[in-house]
Amino acid sequence: DNADSSTLHAVTFLRTTEILTVNSIGQLKIWDLRQQRNEPSQIFSLAGDRVPLHCVDRHPNQQHIVATGGQDGMLSIWDIRQGSMPVSLLNAHEAEMWEVHFHPSNPDHLFTCSEDGSLWHWDASTNVSEKPSFLHQGGRSTAYLSHSTINQSVVSAWLSNDPTKDRMEITNLIPNQTLSVNSLDVLGPCLVYGTDAEAIYVNRQLFA
Amino acid sequence: GADPSARQLCFAWGPAEVLVCETRFGRAGGSRSRSRPLSRPGSRALTGSVAGTGEGDAGSSRVFVVRRDQDIYIQTLRKLFNESHGIFMGLQRSEEELAGRSRKAQLVQVSKNYRSVIRACMEDMHQAAVSARDPALHGQYSTQVSILSAMELIWNLCEILFVEAAAAGPLLLRLLDWVRLHVCDVDSMVREVLSSENPSKHKLFWNVVDVFVLQGRMDEARHLLSKEATANPTSMNMYKILDDLMKKMPVPSLGNTQTLTELELKWQHWHEECQRYLQDGTFASSPHMESICKILLGDEEAILEKKELLTTWYHFLVTRLLYSHPTVKPMELRFYAQSSMDLFLGGETSPEPLDMILMAAFEFEMHQVIKECSIVLSNWWFVAHLTDLLDHCKLLQSHNLYFGSNMREFLLLEYASGLFSHHSLWQLGVDYFDHCPEFGRVYLELHIERIPLNTEQKALKVLRICEQRQMHEQVRSVCKIMAMKALRNNRLGSALSWSIRAKDAAFATLISDRFLKDYCERGCFSDLDLIDNLGPSMLLSDRLTFLGKYREFHRLYGEKRFPEAARLLLTLMTAHIAPCSFWMTLLTDALPLLEQKEIIFSAEQTYELMRCLEDLTAGNRDKQKLQEDDVETTKVEMLRLALARNLARVIVKEGTVEGS
Repeated sequence: DNADSSTLHAVTFLRTTEILTVNSIGQLKIWDLRQQRNEPSQIFSLAGDRVPLHCVDRHPNQQHIVATGGQDGMLSIWDIRQGSMPVSLLNAHEAEMWEVHFHPSNPDHLFTCSEDGSLWHWDASTNVSEKPSFLHQGGRSTAYLSHSTINQSVVSAWLSNDPTKDRMEITNLIPNQTLSVNSLDVLGPCLVYGTDAEAIYVNRQLFA
Repeated sequence: GADPSARQLCFAWGPAEVLVCETRFGRAGGSRSRSRPLSRPGSRALTGSVAGTGEGDAGSSRVFVVRRDQDIYIQTLRKLFNESHGIFMGLQRSEEELAGRSRKAQLVQVSKNYRSVIRACMEDMHQAAVSARDPALHGQYSTQVSILSAMELIWNLCEILFVEAAAAGPLLLRLLDWVRLHVCDVDSMVREVLSSENPSKHKLFWNVVDVFVLQGRMDEARHLLSKEATANPTSMNMYKILDDLMKKMPVPSLGNTQTLTELELKWQHWHEECQRYLQDGTFASSPHMESICKILLGDEEAILEKKELLTTWYHFLVTRLLYSHPTVKPMELRFYAQSSMDLFLGGETSPEPLDMILMAAFEFEMHQVIKECSIVLSNWWFVAHLTDLLDHCKLLQSHNLYFGSNMREFLLLEYASGLFSHHSLWQLGVDYFDHCPEFGRVYLELHIERIPLNTEQKALKVLRICEQRQMHEQVRSVCKIMAMKALRNNRLGSALSWSIRAKDAAFATLISDRFLKDYCERGCFSDLDLIDNLGPSMLLSDRLTFLGKYREFHRLYGEKRFPEAARLLLTLMTAHIAPCSFWMTLLTDALPLLEQKEIIFSAEQTYELMRCLEDLTAGNRDKQKLQEDDVETTKVEMLRLALARNLARVIVKEGTVEGS
C-alpha cells in the first residue's frame, strides 16, 4: 500500500524476488520483496521531462535488460545493472505506447502497440541482411533505424551501440490504422491484439 | 407521456439521458418544441418513469427520463457500428482526385462494404434469435433481423439507383439481382421441390417453375421443365417450343456488346414470336405452360395471378419490366412503380412505410427517402451513413436546414451525439465529429467534457484526443476532474501530476498547500519521490516551487550541508517564495541551525532573519493578544534569544577574521 506517490502503470517480475514498476512520473523502480521496507531498492528515471511510463517488460533470458514504453511513444531500453539512465531511447510511436512485449522464445523480437493505432514489430536479430529490402504488402512499411545510444555494453543486440553495424528492422503490422491498439500478447508464431474498435485480431503466422 | 403540444416542457441534460418535465405554461403558438427528442415520437425510445412528487398543478407533476439511444446498447449491433466506422473513415480519406469511372467504382465498393456489414450483423442477429430461449428476447432479435433486412433492401436499391446510377439496360439486370436477393419467402419451397426425388411429381413443382420465370432465372426454369418433359413425353413438343423461346429471350448485357436499339429490335422480334405461338394455341393443352407463355409476353393479369409467389409489389414491378420494357430508363421507373404498386395492392391494403420509402427511391426523391427513413427508424445510423455516401457522390444539393448546417452534417451530428452516451463507442463519435466541418468541433468540445472518466486510461485517451485538436479548455477541465478524484482519495502525488499535465497553476497551488498542511500536521512529507523529482515542472506555481525548495532544504539538512541549507532557507523567506503562514515554521526550522556549535548564519543573514521575525510578530500584534498560545510566545522568545546569541557570536567571529 502507498507504494508510490503517483499512479502505477505497470508491474512485472524481474526475478522471483524482485519486481519492476513504472509510474506516471516516468520512474522505473525495482522492489525487493525480501526486504521489509516500503521503499524501492532502486529508482531509475529519465532526466528532463517527467514523461509517464506506461508499460514495462524484461528480456526473457537476460534479466538485466528491460524495455519501457512512455506517453510520448518512446521506447527505452534499460540495463539495470548499471546506471540510472536508459541505454537507448528510440523514437517510436506518435502517441502513448500501451504495451511492450519481448517475444518469449525469440527475444530478439520486440512488439509494441500504441494509441496511434499501430503495432510495431522490432527485429534486432543480427542476421538481418545488409541490403535493406522494402517490403510493401498492402499497408506494411519497414523502416530502418539506427539507434542512438547512451551507455556502452556489448552483450546483447539490444544493448549494442555501434550504429553503423547494427540496424534494427521495424515493421508496422496493421494496414489500416484508425483507433488505438490497447493491448497485445505474443507466443510462438501467434500474435493477438485488441483495439478500441472493440475487435480482437489474431495473427497466426508472425514469422512467415 | 409528455405532451409537447399542450404544455411547454423544460429539460435538463444528464450524461446519458435527458430529464424532461412539463411546466405550467401552455404552449404558445406552434413554435418548435425545445426538446427535440420528443418531437419525433416514432424515432425515439421514450422510456417514461414516474418520479418526483405531485404538487402544484395537476398534470405537471411527472418527470420523464428520455434515454437518447437504446439501440447502441444492443450487443449484436456493436459490430455494425464499429465496422461501419472503419468504412466511413476510409471513405473520408479516400482519393478525391479520382474522377469519373474509377471514383464511381470506388463509391460502389464502399456501398457494398456497408451492405456486407449489415448482412453480417443480420446473420449474427439471426443466430442470436435462433438460440434465444426467452421468447421476449427471441421476439426482439427477430424484429431486429427484419429491420436490418429492410435497411439492406433500401440501401441496395439506393446503391443501384443513386450511387451506381445504372443506365437503361444494366438497370434491369441490377434490379433483377436485387429482387432475387431479397425475396426469400419462396426459398424454402424451392429447396423442398429441388431436393425431392421426383421433382416433376411434386405438387409445388409448377409453383417453383413459375418462381424461376418470374425472377428471370431462365436456365433453372428450363432445367426443371426438362425433368417434366422426360417424365411426360406427350408434352414433348410443347416443351421444346417453350424451352426454345426461353433460351432465345434477349436480355440486356452488362458489357457493351449491343446497343439499346439492337436489344429493342431483337426483343420485338422475340415478343412477336411468342405471341404467335400463344395465339396458335400451341400450349392449349397445358394451362401451366400457357400461363408461362403469357408471363413471357408480359401479360399483367397473368403475372398478377401469381401474387403469392411475387409476395411484394416491387417484385411485380421488376417482373413486369423484364417482360414488357427491358430497356427501361431510370427516369421512367416512377410511372411503372406507381402503377405496379396500385395494381398489386389493389386498394385492399394501404402501403406501409417501407413501401413509401421504396417508392420515393424509384421516384428519385432522395431527400424524401432520407426523411422517411429518419422517421421510421429508431437510430440515426442508417440515414447518417447513407446521406454521407450520397453526399460523396455529389448528389445532394446543399439543403440548408433550420440550424444552418446541411443535411449530411446534421445527421452525422445526431448520430455521433447518440454514440457519446455509450461507455465505449464514444471514440467512434469523435471521428464523426471531426468530419463535420461546421459544428463538429463545438459538439465535440461539449460532449467530450461530459464523458464519465471511470479509469485513468480512459482519461488519458480523452486527453490525447483533446490535445491533438488543441482543445486546451477541455484538457484543463479533464485534468481537474482527475486531480479532484485523486485528491478525494488522498492520492496527493497523483493529483499533483495531473495538475502538472494540465499546467494548472491554481490547482497546483491548492495541492501544494495540502502537502504543506500534511507536513505541519505529521512532521514529515508524504510522496517524497514525487516532490524530489519535480524538475522543471516545479516552476508551475509559486507554492509548488516553495514545496520543492523546502523539501530540498530538508534534504540538505539531512546531508549536513548546513551553509547551503541556511542560504536556501533565507532565500525562501526573503524572496517571498514562502507563504506568510509558513514563515513561523521556517524560522523554527532555522532554530537548530542557529544552535549549532559552528556558526552557520553570517551577520547579514542573521539581520535578515531578525527582520523576518519582526515582520511576522508585528503582523500578529494587531490580532488578539489574549488568544496567543503559550507555545507561540515561547517560540518567539526562543527565536529572539537564539538570533541574538548567533549575532553576537558572528560579529565576534567576523571581527576576528577581518582583524588577522
